Amino acid sequence: MTAPVAREHALALLRQMVLIRRFEERSAELYTRGKIRGFLHLYIGEEAVAVGAMQALRPDDAIVATYREHGQALARGIPAASLMAEMYGKASGCSRGHGGSMHFFDASRRFYGGHAIVGGGLPVAVGLALADKLQGRPRVTACFFGDGAVAEGEFHESLNLAALWTLPVLFLCENNLYAMGTALARHQSQIDVRLKAQAYAMAADAVDGMDLLAVEAATRRAAEAVRRGDGPFLLELRTYRFRAHSTADPELYRSKEEVERWRARDPIALFTARLREWGFLGDAELAALEASVAAEIDAAIAAAEAGPWEPVEDLTKDVYTPVAP
Amino acid sequence: MTKMTYREAVRGALRQALRSDPRVFLMGEDVGRYGGAFAVSHGLLEEFGPERVRDTPLSENTFVGAGIGAALGGMRPIVEVMTVNFSLLALDQIVNNAATLRHMSGGQLSVPLVVRMATGGGRQLAAQHSHSLEGWFAHIPGIKVLTPATPADARGLLLAALRDPDPVFVFEHATLYPTEGEVDEAAGPAEIGRAEVRRAGDAVTLITYGGSLGKALQAADRLAVEGIEAEVVDLRSLRPLDTASILASIARTHRAVIVDEGWRTGSFAAEVSARIMEGGFYDLDGPVARVCSAEVPMPYAKHMEDAALPQAATIVATVQEMLRRRG
Ligand SMILES: Cc1ncc(C[n+]2csc(CCOP(=O)(O)OP(=O)(O)O)c2C)c(N)n1
Ligand SMILES: [Mg+2]
Repeated sequence: MTAPVAREHALALLRQMVLIRRFEERSAELYTRGKIRGFLHLYIGEEAVAVGAMQALRPDDAIVATYREHGQALARGIPAASLMAEMYGKASGCSRGHGGSMHFFDASRRFYGGHAIVGGGLPVAVGLALADKLQGRPRVTACFFGDGAVAEGEFHESLNLAALWTLPVLFLCENNLYAMGTALARHQSQIDVRLKAQAYAMAADAVDGMDLLAVEAATRRAAEAVRRGDGPFLLELRTYRFRAHSTADPELYRSKEEVERWRARDPIALFTARLREWGFLGDAELAALEASVAAEIDAAIAAAEAGPWEPVEDLTKDVYTPVAP
Repeated sequence: MTKMTYREAVRGALRQALRSDPRVFLMGEDVGRYGGAFAVSHGLLEEFGPERVRDTPLSENTFVGAGIGAALGGMRPIVEVMTVNFSLLALDQIVNNAATLRHMSGGQLSVPLVVRMATGGGRQLAAQHSHSLEGWFAHIPGIKVLTPATPADARGLLLAALRDPDPVFVFEHATLYPTEGEVDEAAGPAEIGRAEVRRAGDAVTLITYGGSLGKALQAADRLAVEGIEAEVVDLRSLRPLDTASILASIARTHRAVIVDEGWRTGSFAAEVSARIMEGGFYDLDGPVARVCSAEVPMPYAKHMEDAALPQAATIVATVQEMLRRRG
């Protein structure tokens, strides 16, 4: 079977997914050891969504994400060391240790958080897109949110406003079928999320979020339409989280069998198998890839360990912009 | 100096901002075609067009949030939330985003957003259209809270808000829009965080802001007839709060009455009182008093609404009682 993508691109995508997976596995360990505190929401199982979607975005596009944003941040190219330091609470973290796992920011990469109020990022994304439109910049604002956010008023208000004003927002709904322990069918009268766009006369699509290349292709199509000036687009990415909602979740609401069924569609395993089929990847290459990812994460952890704490004297320093003397 | 209404002063500042800075735009419910619920933006749509004077859907949380995003994206949005009563639907974006993004991002982002809204009672609009909640907003670090009481401040503080790199909330008391005053249209922005002594006196300090300033000045005039000279301090900005000016006045008068249209419990007046205890206790000749709104959802009937709100007569009586106890 001939490959639909170039080998180098495919390997780069695989490496990103593996980096996210291993980064989070190590984060979970560090959490158990008390190095990382607060809430920790793992993205494991959903990696193809962030990695695939990010391929459609350019460096000057903007990203707004949720508290489950390790994958988006890494796929955007924020160094693992900066993210790890943030989770350690170090001043060398991407948000100077002010945010932790839920609030990654990187202005230089137009990564606007890290939002932990469900639905709260959507209006901000609409505004970023409005600024682009008013200033005539052909940029896209990509806004990630979960299926749970679809129930919030901010989702509906934001879709309406973005469509009404023809704003370049790419709404990316990561439908992992659960909002904490509440299954989609238990909180939505219409479980086909894509259809919500119809009420706002907005274009929409849905894609298998476990299939990396399908995600990439669907997001490219959607992003191109948005960039062209067609207005906003709602893309539903159908995925599943393999781990608990957060470190505090005993997972009483779903069966082990259900999780196992989804694990059989692990996006990394699926993509690895395809790469092998295409002859892009052998055991040696895979081992080398894993080793390079492990080294990157080791270095990130070492840097986080060594990173400085913010001086307590700076406690209120960033509340307001300092006035020039 | 030009004589104009508070409404005209706000409109003039909006027009000046829209003319001088292409990043500035105005958005909110009915700011365009309708001309603003309080006719503040009347004529601006015609002058600046629908890109810069934008009517929004009834989506307070989202258009305030869009203002935040547009500010992050390099614009200087002015968001009009029709009244403070409806701003409650936008509290998520205000408290969780506008106020936090700078600090939570480790100082990487700033949100140069201006939000204007009408506040206050006194127009027989009953319990859902008469709130005075600016004291709640002043509780929140990360935003600034301005309460212009005069046409000159309506202009000067709005211009200052627009120049500020952080989110600024401007509360315009709805009864002030038709009031008149002298405005220097060539003056620059006012200084945020500086209170103003509106009337000098030596017997007592009346500390107030926004819609209550007029009542405090009326009370001071009546007290003057009895030979009691009240000093009137207009806070102008609740956050940052000019504690030094409050304490300096109390060092002169040794007595304080705080007039605040918020409900007494947990009011902004309580904060001012606490600051006086902390910094001016030994200057006081007696306890601080507060004239606040009665603890009741605002009634509709005129006589009941009057009874619920601070009035000049209540202020006068409070001062008289305070001075009687001295003897
Ligand atoms: C407004 C709001 N309500 C409740 C919560 C608590 N909470 C955190 S995550 C979550 C579930 C969100 O589910 P979803 O949007 O599907 O995202 P996922 O966690 O599945 O990625 C809830 C209820 C919150 N953070 N914000
Ligand atoms: Mg979910």
